[in-house]
Amino acid sequence: MILQFFVLSQRGDNIVYRDYRGEAQKGSAETFFRKVKFWKEDAEGDAPPVFVDGVNYFHVKVAGLLFVATTRVNVSPSLVLELLQRIARVIKDYLGVLNEDSFRKNFVLVYELLDEVIDFGYVQTTSTEVLKSYVFNEPIVIDAARMPPLGPASIFMQGSKRMPGTAITKSVVANEPGGRKRDEIFVDVIEKISVTFNSSGFILTSEIDGTIQMKSYLTGNPEIRLALNEDLSIGTSDYRGSGAVILDDCNFHESVHLDSFDVDRTLSLVPPDGEFPVMNYRMTQPFKPPFRINALIEETGSLKAEVTIKVRAEFNSSVNANSVLIQMPLPSFTARVNFELEPGAVGHTTDFKEANKRLEWGLKKVVGGSEHTLRAKLTFSQELHGNIMKEAGPVKYLQIAKTSKTQNPYRWVRYVTQANSYVARL
Amino acid sequence: MAPPPPQSNRSPSPSQPSGKSEVSDLKSQLRQLAGSRAPGADDSKRDLFKKVISNMTIGIDVSSLFGEMVMCSATSDIVLKKMCYLYVGNYAKGNPDLALLTINFLQRDCKDEDPMIRGLALRSLCSLRVANLVEYLVGPLGSGLKDNNSYVRMVAVIGVLKLYHISASTCIDADFPATLKHLLLHDPDTQVVANCLSALQEIWTLESSTSEEAARERETLLSKPVVYYLLNRIKEFSEWAQCLVLELVAKYIPSDNSEIFDVMNLLEDRLQHANGAVVLATIKVFLQLTLSMADVHQQVYERIKAPLLTQVSSGSPEQSYAVLSHLHLLVMRAPYIFSADYKHFYCQYNEPSYVKKLKLEMLTAVANESNTYEIVTELCEYAANVDIPIARESIRAVGKIALQQYDVNAIVDRLLQFLEMEKDYVTSEALVLVKDLLRKYPQWSQDCIAVVGNISSKNVQEPKAKAALIWMLGEYSQDMHDAPYVLESLVENWDEEHSAEVRLHLLTAVMKCFFKRPPETQKALGAVLAAGLADFHQDVHDRALFYYRLLQYNVSVAENVVSPPKQAVSVFADTQSSEIKDRIFDEFNSLSVVYQKPSYMFTDKEHRGTFEFADELGNLSISAESGESVVPAQRVEANDKDLLLGTSEKDEGRDPGSNGSAYYAPSLNGSSAPSATSQPLADLAFPTTGISSQAPTSSLAIDDLLGLGFPDGTAATPSPPPLNLNSKAVLDPGTFQQKWRQLPISSSEEHSLSPQGIASLTTPHALVRHMRSHLIHCIASGGQSPNFKFFFFAQKAEATSIYLVECIINTSSTKSQIKIKADDQSSSQAFSTLFQSALSKFGLS
Repeated sequence: MILQFFVLSQRGDNIVYRDYRGEAQKGSAETFFRKVKFWKEDAEGDAPPVFVDGVNYFHVKVAGLLFVATTRVNVSPSLVLELLQRIARVIKDYLGVLNEDSFRKNFVLVYELLDEVIDFGYVQTTSTEVLKSYVFNEPIVIDAARMPPLGPASIFMQGSKRMPGTAITKSVVANEPGGRKRDEIFVDVIEKISVTFNSSGFILTSEIDGTIQMKSYLTGNPEIRLALNEDLSIGTSDYRGSGAVILDDCNFHESVHLDSFDVDRTLSLVPPDGEFPVMNYRMTQPFKPPFRINALIEETGSLKAEVTIKVRAEFNSSVNANSVLIQMPLPSFTARVNFELEPGAVGHTTDFKEANKRLEWGLKKVVGGSEHTLRAKLTFSQELHGNIMKEAGPVKYLQIAKTSKTQNPYRWVRYVTQANSYVARL
Repeated sequence: MAPPPPQSNRSPSPSQPSGKSEVSDLKSQLRQLAGSRAPGADDSKRDLFKKVISNMTIGIDVSSLFGEMVMCSATSDIVLKKMCYLYVGNYAKGNPDLALLTINFLQRDCKDEDPMIRGLALRSLCSLRVANLVEYLVGPLGSGLKDNNSYVRMVAVIGVLKLYHISASTCIDADFPATLKHLLLHDPDTQVVANCLSALQEIWTLESSTSEEAARERETLLSKPVVYYLLNRIKEFSEWAQCLVLELVAKYIPSDNSEIFDVMNLLEDRLQHANGAVVLATIKVFLQLTLSMADVHQQVYERIKAPLLTQVSSGSPEQSYAVLSHLHLLVMRAPYIFSADYKHFYCQYNEPSYVKKLKLEMLTAVANESNTYEIVTELCEYAANVDIPIARESIRAVGKIALQQYDVNAIVDRLLQFLEMEKDYVTSEALVLVKDLLRKYPQWSQDCIAVVGNISSKNVQEPKAKAALIWMLGEYSQDMHDAPYVLESLVENWDEEHSAEVRLHLLTAVMKCFFKRPPETQKALGAVLAAGLADFHQDVHDRALFYYRLLQYNVSVAENVVSPPKQAVSVFADTQSSEIKDRIFDEFNSLSVVYQKPSYMFTDKEHRGTFEFADELGNLSISAESGESVVPAQRVEANDKDLLLGTSEKDEGRDPGSNGSAYYAPSLNGSSAPSATSQPLADLAFPTTGISSQAPTSSLAIDDLLGLGFPDGTAATPSPPPLNLNSKAVLDPGTFQQKWRQLPISSSEEHSLSPQGIASLTTPHALVRHMRSHLIHCIASGGQSPNFKFFFFAQKAEATSIYLVECIINTSSTKSQIKIKADDQSSSQAFSTLFQSALSKFGLS
């Protein structure tokens, strides 16, 4: 049972605030913000998503905004946190773009949504489709092109909403300027890779966490069939030899029917409006890591050392990786770093972050099969954590084959691979 | 994360008010528009309303506009209406007189032909929260519940709950709960059904404190027909409503095993749901249903592992944290089931530290013979981590694993390497661990002492580490060549030592050193005793004085007291009792798991949950774990000896062959306590089925020590009537719960407790033990000072009839409330007398 729901900006301003039961204390939003802000200073690390101070506070961070709910009852924390995420998604479906500006412009619409999503603290519905018939405000769509340019990191955070231009930032309800809505469906296969190499370059752990995201603007709610690789198997027990893709486990959105899944690995669903994950999966089957990193440290004097970092892209040359960032923590007494890039390097950035003593090497574009080297002269070094973020990789084991009946919609399918925790130890 | 757009770029948006004078501006503009029917008036109204609401959001008081807002609300524009409803709902409570103005148009809208308008108006009407307007609610609510549109019914059901909170009597008098109950079982719309369930749970829970009937009604929600009806429709419900139903099913007690399997088979596919809340709620059902079936329970653990791990790795970090906390709980309960999955608990560099902490604990717990090497290797990587708190935790984790006896040899080497890393926090943590290791495995002293001896005490600053180093210097002074001199130099710096803990250790260490190497230490001993006697800290002063007198009295006695032959400590005390852990497990899928505390520690009673009774009896399921043949009360005794480590629990748990139910290792730890020689406190164990004369003697000695011995007060208490109880009474919690529901109350009384009794009641166990000595057994107990609650049972000797007791004790009012239910009504009075007499003796013996 939820007492209050509010959304705070990064500076702690209330953007929307809803008291559902009329029994909340005044000032809980301020209490909350102070707690979260000073958590870092008082204790170690970030405030956990759930904590208690008079009431229980739940929060999630989405697009730089804090979505917060409070309760007094001993509720299921994962229910409230899922709900907060879902509210953020519904609002995004309506506004097209989720940020402070679009929020402020549409706060009346957001209130209207909030009233229908939760009544007296009880969840009523979070389905964008159902909400359409209750919600009457038209969204004021902010022009995505006018948005400030986002760095690679923010694209990464927002789940890679980059491709085809502004299309994916459309609101599910706003009408196109041209009149009729375009029949479109977007499918993202997003895979997050975690790899840890030990000091001699062997893979200690590797895992892929994947999600098939769908965002549908199709009219008439047609049924969609999604075909996965036929030699896909689930569960580690029924091993089918090489070539097969073995998922450790997976789960599905509730709209997905699995009737023919066991036969031909197809999912059928009538996609609801808005964005939603069709399927989440997890695999620990060994795979070839996209990057190899080598780092060498040499003492070159009493207070000097030289670091050589080599990164090799071990994927097909037809594929590029964008926005690769390599970080390496340096000893706290590092005073100065001089970088030396290989001759002819284009689109590389190097930086020494004084505040957290970290070396950062950014590569805008890495072509498959290429190798790059960075030399850095510094005082001393003890360890290395490489963090590589990579986008747009080839994910060969999931293919989407669709169509149905007379519709001829636009289909957009993307494969995105991102680094979750890509660490090479020294 | 997208940076917020710079202030200057942002166009002036309606939620950026210019100032307070705007309120009066708004007022006059609203006035002008109020009567206007001009085209475009609605658009201007919308803009104005938006401004008002944006002011409201950021906390500016715009309640003075109430009259104008209501005047403007006569419109057919639904967006305007909604904004007006929002405004009115926010301010009506503070302006009851003005709220009356809105009643008219809201009531009219409740009869609108558009179901949207009817629903909206009804919702707003019920949200006014003004007590003297409730008479206007009953009519519209009644018709709303019968409306042919499901949206209106959905709103009306929650409306009933709102009415209940404004005026409970109006709600009950209008017989709304009965209507809701009908809708619960008959409405075609699942959201209406879900809302009925939420509303009825809340209403009947609140009512049940005063009304027996409401308590019974609440019980019927848990009855087979209701639960089955909801379960059969579960796939029609929204994911959130599914959680609600699953939460209810977790409290349902099936009559037999086949029912349990039916429910589990029906819910099996919910484990593949993408929503983590649904998955966790399903897991709770599975865990609760199988509590009494050890082998199936274990299968459940195996089955839920993969879905849980998938939930952890998908979704936002926040969601994954919530799931990880639950996984953590399960790993702690049954580590051996997860020992092959240890790689999933490796930390990733970008995880927040609250996640890393959980993972480190899980890694520690799942360590066993086969994976210790890899886990420790991984942990050692973290020890060099840039995140210092996590580095410290990692070193501690290595130490804990060492204390679990796996591959100690290799681990000792690692710890000693830590000491050579020359990072002060690493050295500190490692010193503390080496000390603990030596206490448990004195055989490693040779290797450790060689390394420890090389550490200069000047490089150790943290009190805990310094104390550990000093302890080792004292304990192993015969093996460490320069121990007396190091100690001497430490004594010289006595005044600069700020930590009393370090000074205490220094006193003791010098004493120990003196017994082993008297000539070299004599000077230091004199200095340290003098310094100690002059110390301002009372403990330090007292200990110095104590040593001084001891030495004066007899040096060899002093040696026997201060420095007896080394004795290895087999286990270290665990921080959390197994009762608390069981409580948290019972509250699976709630905040208790995230906070790692049972709910009574962080919420007040009224908010503990929808099913108070079931919550309390939830405890009963714990007792079920002890197996049928064991008297449940034995469990409590086990808790008393809770100086067992988590590790020793695991030792037992890891060997499922020794007891059929490996899951229940924590609750069995008392009955198979480790070697008694190394654990003197085990001697305090009380007889399992005490004979009434025996227990008092054993507690007498303790009471005397505590100065609580009172002159013989037993004479004053009434002598027990001739009712004989069965000394080996057995009752399983399910039966208890069932009987408690069925039987009428045969006596309900209130008594005062003796002050001695109150003084003895620091934990529920004290009373549980006492009552057991009177052959009255506890099946569940709980609470915290001043409120304790117990469920007892007893059985008549040579008969099957059972007596059930609910006993609530408030130590601040020194009152006890006793409710007795009996199979055999005729003897219930005799039992009541016996129970009181037993209770009145509590604390006296």
